[in-house]
Amino acid sequence: MSNRLEVRNVSKRFSRMSGVVERGAELMGLKAPNPVVRALDDVSLTVAEGEVVGIVGESGCGKSTLGRVVAGLLQASEGSVLFRGKQLDEMPGKSADEARLKVQMIFQDPSSSLNPRQRVREIIGAAPLHHGMTTARELDDYVSQQMQRSGLDPSMAGRFPHQFSGGQRQRIGIARALAVQPDMLICDESVAALDVSIQAQILNLFLDLREQLDLTYLFISHDLSVVEHISDRVMVMYLGRVVEEAAVGELFSHPNHPYTRALLQERPSLDPVQRRFSAIEGEIASPLSPPSGCHFHPRCPMAMERCRVERSELRLIGPGHKSACHLND
Amino acid sequence: MQTVMNSTKFRAGLQFIRQFSRSPLAVLGLVLITLIVLMAVFAPYLSPQNPYDLMQLDIMDGRMAPGTGSSAGFTFLFGSDDQGRDMLSAILYGLRISLIVGLGSAALAFIIGTAFGLTAAYVGGRVENAMMRLVDLQLSFPTILAALLILALLGKSIGNVVFAIVLVEWATYARTARGAALTELRREYVEAARSLRLPHRNILFRQLLPNCLSPLVVLLTMQVARAITLEATLSFLGLGVPVTEPSLGLLISSGYEFMLSGTYWIALFPGIALLVTIFAINLVGDRLRQLLDPKAARR
Repeated sequence: MSNRLEVRNVSKRFSRMSGVVERGAELMGLKAPNPVVRALDDVSLTVAEGEVVGIVGESGCGKSTLGRVVAGLLQASEGSVLFRGKQLDEMPGKSADEARLKVQMIFQDPSSSLNPRQRVREIIGAAPLHHGMTTARELDDYVSQQMQRSGLDPSMAGRFPHQFSGGQRQRIGIARALAVQPDMLICDESVAALDVSIQAQILNLFLDLREQLDLTYLFISHDLSVVEHISDRVMVMYLGRVVEEAAVGELFSHPNHPYTRALLQERPSLDPVQRRFSAIEGEIASPLSPPSGCHFHPRCPMAMERCRVERSELRLIGPGHKSACHLND
Repeated sequence: MQTVMNSTKFRAGLQFIRQFSRSPLAVLGLVLITLIVLMAVFAPYLSPQNPYDLMQLDIMDGRMAPGTGSSAGFTFLFGSDDQGRDMLSAILYGLRISLIVGLGSAALAFIIGTAFGLTAAYVGGRVENAMMRLVDLQLSFPTILAALLILALLGKSIGNVVFAIVLVEWATYARTARGAALTELRREYVEAARSLRLPHRNILFRQLLPNCLSPLVVLLTMQVARAITLEATLSFLGLGVPVTEPSLGLLISSGYEFMLSGTYWIALFPGIALLVTIFAINLVGDRLRQLLDPKAARR
């Protein structure tokens, strides 16, 4: 199977831009340079054709940044993103744009991801019209098709987003993304803002669309049950680094990294035997000054001296199962 | 389907009108504005005399008190000036000039400033910094001083007055537009438009602009009043519109010299007309701000 997407050693740093005066002060040693946030630190990832890869982690772990780098909304500071083996930065402007169009995003908040001043017809139809996927004359039919496919009533194309419910709005967002005929969707917490019953409907829609359109997904979520339901493979992130990666069944039955185990324990459960709830100790550290060595060591019950000093690399510990923990040595 | 969506839009409009009219003062302002605009538009039919036509003026009718009859047979309701010009006619024609200058310059400044501010926010980085420093520079000049300089260089004409006002007022719109755009840029629909590779002009004018419009419309109403005042000030100082086409400000200015000699009406009535116009526009502007500005408390 070929790789639909490959992310190679991508890092993303954020820092506030210094003004002229500030830069002068920095040069003269009067002021410390602006702090740098390492949102992504040497992250690699491959997604095979037709695969659904889930990315989990607490808020601030860099999972949304990863999604935006892959979608081309953010430029990586280091590393490269390859689609079907081709690196986008090296492609000429036009074809890079076309390749990027094949990767679309489904956002978290269905109310802010739709322009409140546009009718559904324009929200869905503007991009395919601009990219020549349909003509002005056939636009209404085209939009109707997209709406139907996402489970919307095409007769509502003339309405504004605020006239729809949350689940319907998310369907509009999906129809908008699908209208440019992508082959990969990045779902950034796409069901987090919805009621549980609506969540299930939208997740099933994602799975149906995957069958119909051969879609590949990068599914970003903090909700483990959602990720377990939809993914083939799961990647766990902590403070900008990948800590564990495995097929979904393997990860949920045999979690290796202490952080993954802690996450799985925290999962709310209906099982009456497992009523104890033990939160991971401590707060997630600030990405401005991440802990040395293994980022997780201040909260890890099994931390050793080595964890404080040496960075733990992601390595293979079983077939298709990678983990970044010194305990495996 | 067409009727359904028209009716929802219609209902939203109706709702807005109902909210607007909850303030009697704002309604009064709106009625006054309508009357003033109608009076200015139909000035040739309403005024007993064409104040620009020197043939109709009789120097013997100069400085007549309000209520005296003219030699042409009509009554000087608001008196006459030293040239024998009927003040009512002069005010009606002066209103035209004032409104044209006020609306024209405010609208032009709105277009230029908004485009500038939106572009700055959208481009970001160093270009944005440079653009906004230019705005700061413009705003740090005293308005009247800058306008006086421009008019002194270019000479008197209605076009030049509009140009001068636009040049000193566009920066306010630019700053407001940039602020509004920065908030909107962070919302996900802009990211969606980017990832759909929509052209920049679509993102700027179809996505950002409609969502930034509310504070700008409020500013526009306020700035119309400001532009009229500024024009009156410039004319009063003798650098505004030419004497042959007097605006309200110029009328006040020419009446000013007779104020202390008991001929009060030449300056007083144009002054009242100016006051009422600006008052009415500000009443409506205030109400619009209350309704459209999310930061101001509702109702």
